[in-house]
Amino acid sequence: MAAVFEVIAPGLLTTVQDRGRHGYQAFGMPVAGAVDEYALRVANLLVGNEENAAALEITLLGPVLKVLAPAVIAITGADLGAMLNGEPLPLWQAVAVKAGDEISFSGVRSGCRSYLAVAGGIDVPVVMGSRSTYLRGKIGGLDGRALKAGDKLAAGEPPAAARTRVGRRVPPEFIPTYGNNITLRVVLGPQDDHFTPAGRETFLTGEYVVTNEADRMGYRLDGPKIEHAGGADIISDGIPLGAVQVPGHGLPIVMLADRQTTGGYPKIATVISADLYLIGQAKPGDKVRFSAVSREEAVKLLREQEENLRRLAELLSRPAGRIRQFRITVQGKKFEATVEEL
Amino acid sequence: MYDEARFLPAGDRALVVEFGNEISPEVNARIRAMTAALEAEPIAGVVEVVPTYRSLLVHFDPLQVAPEVLEERLAELCRNLGELKLPEPTVTVVPVCYGGEFGPDLPFVCQHTGLAAEEVIRIHTGTDYLIYMLGFTPGFPYLGGMDERIATPRLKTPRTKIPAGSVGIAGKQTGIYPIDSPGGWQLIGRTPLKLYDPFREPPVLLTAGNYVRFKAVTKEEYDAIATEVAAGTYRVEVVPKREGREG
Repeated sequence: MAAVFEVIAPGLLTTVQDRGRHGYQAFGMPVAGAVDEYALRVANLLVGNEENAAALEITLLGPVLKVLAPAVIAITGADLGAMLNGEPLPLWQAVAVKAGDEISFSGVRSGCRSYLAVAGGIDVPVVMGSRSTYLRGKIGGLDGRALKAGDKLAAGEPPAAARTRVGRRVPPEFIPTYGNNITLRVVLGPQDDHFTPAGRETFLTGEYVVTNEADRMGYRLDGPKIEHAGGADIISDGIPLGAVQVPGHGLPIVMLADRQTTGGYPKIATVISADLYLIGQAKPGDKVRFSAVSREEAVKLLREQEENLRRLAELLSRPAGRIRQFRITVQGKKFEATVEEL
Repeated sequence: MYDEARFLPAGDRALVVEFGNEISPEVNARIRAMTAALEAEPIAGVVEVVPTYRSLLVHFDPLQVAPEVLEERLAELCRNLGELKLPEPTVTVVPVCYGGEFGPDLPFVCQHTGLAAEEVIRIHTGTDYLIYMLGFTPGFPYLGGMDERIATPRLKTPRTKIPAGSVGIAGKQTGIYPIDSPGGWQLIGRTPLKLYDPFREPPVLLTAGNYVRFKAVTKEEYDAIATEVAAGTYRVEVVPKREGREG
């Protein structure tokens, strides 16, 4: 495949991610994959890809990319100030780019991670069933590492639908907001009985702050200390996505995509699937609270989220009414307007 | 070991099936049986299963199988484990060149244990080690059954980079580093085998529930095996467990 982007500057941490490397955890292989799967999946839907296609996960400070060949792209997730040739590039929308265009990012406005999908998907070798970059294991993505200046990225064959998607945008009700003050719903367990009642109370009422030690592997939080009952070590067992483990220091760590498969700290609770995007879009300094829900409630919320995605996929795949785009300049300020015939 | 397995919720997409609160071959045998049972009769909606010391972490899709239904199905499997015929465990023979540049801490282990190097090697190669689980890094085996006569505390200051294939001792444990990683284990030798190779299928040489046996080789043998491993022609020696050694 021909290269579609050249990396002029890599940004803080830009990696290739799909929905992760499943089926190898029994060998100690972490899953990796997009930290905010919802945003990844929507970006792929916008450009007509399969939801599992590989895209760029862009962290806080975005890269500068030179477009080498015409392509249809979509950027979702965090608002990191995406620009196309120096003009604001609309998020949650399929956009056509052409050779010579430059994609850049002016800075964080909300959230932490953007996803840039390209029609056809980022084409890197599949390793153990996935294109996701696992940085510590140095596999997947581009040679198992983050992007660096000079890299060239190829895309797969664009789906036939891609061109007809240009200008299509995600209706506002499907676009999440990423606040600086989030509440994560959790299902207690598997080791909530390793904490005193007071410890559990602290966990569910305390306000925590995301520390600087927050990456794809996990988010360390600071705040009131959670009291263990007995020791803080358990016999190592498996770590699910979203597990909230509490080592001896009493402070919670939320385990994310690159988490190790097993560990020896008790896990007081697990963040529900439907809320994982919230922690994935949190930044150091953001405030986090936890609230307990039943497992039934968690499954219900996940089902709703999946139904929403199915609805969105259906909406986006419908033949579009005629779309017209206008660029308007009012008192020196440039605006872009899209009008769709219904 | 518990009389009945405990089911612990691990969010809306995973479930812990816990068989005991100890590290023991008996508990591990239950986990191995359960893993085999799930392979023999897969439950729709189960995505993957991670065996650990005393439990299984069952990853599932709750939109395909409701957690309560999954628990019932798993409980039923647990009750019938006794009838399941397990495949004979295997022993993977891991050639190790002990001491010298590959085992810089062998002299310390000798000093700490009061044993001669030959004796440490004889004891280390004299046991079949049960692979309780894989974790920590891709392909890292948690081995049980090391003879306590060669137990040696970890290094006071961990090394920043331990080469892949290094074989070490940490307290009462022994292990093999599958990839270059930092670590504080006392290094006594190195194997030319690749425990982990992302481009091989399966990528990881060892599986939980089977055994590892170390075999001492000379530097010349090590080099010859390393050449074959690099060329992809080396046949790893795997033997049935039944010719019983301790462990």
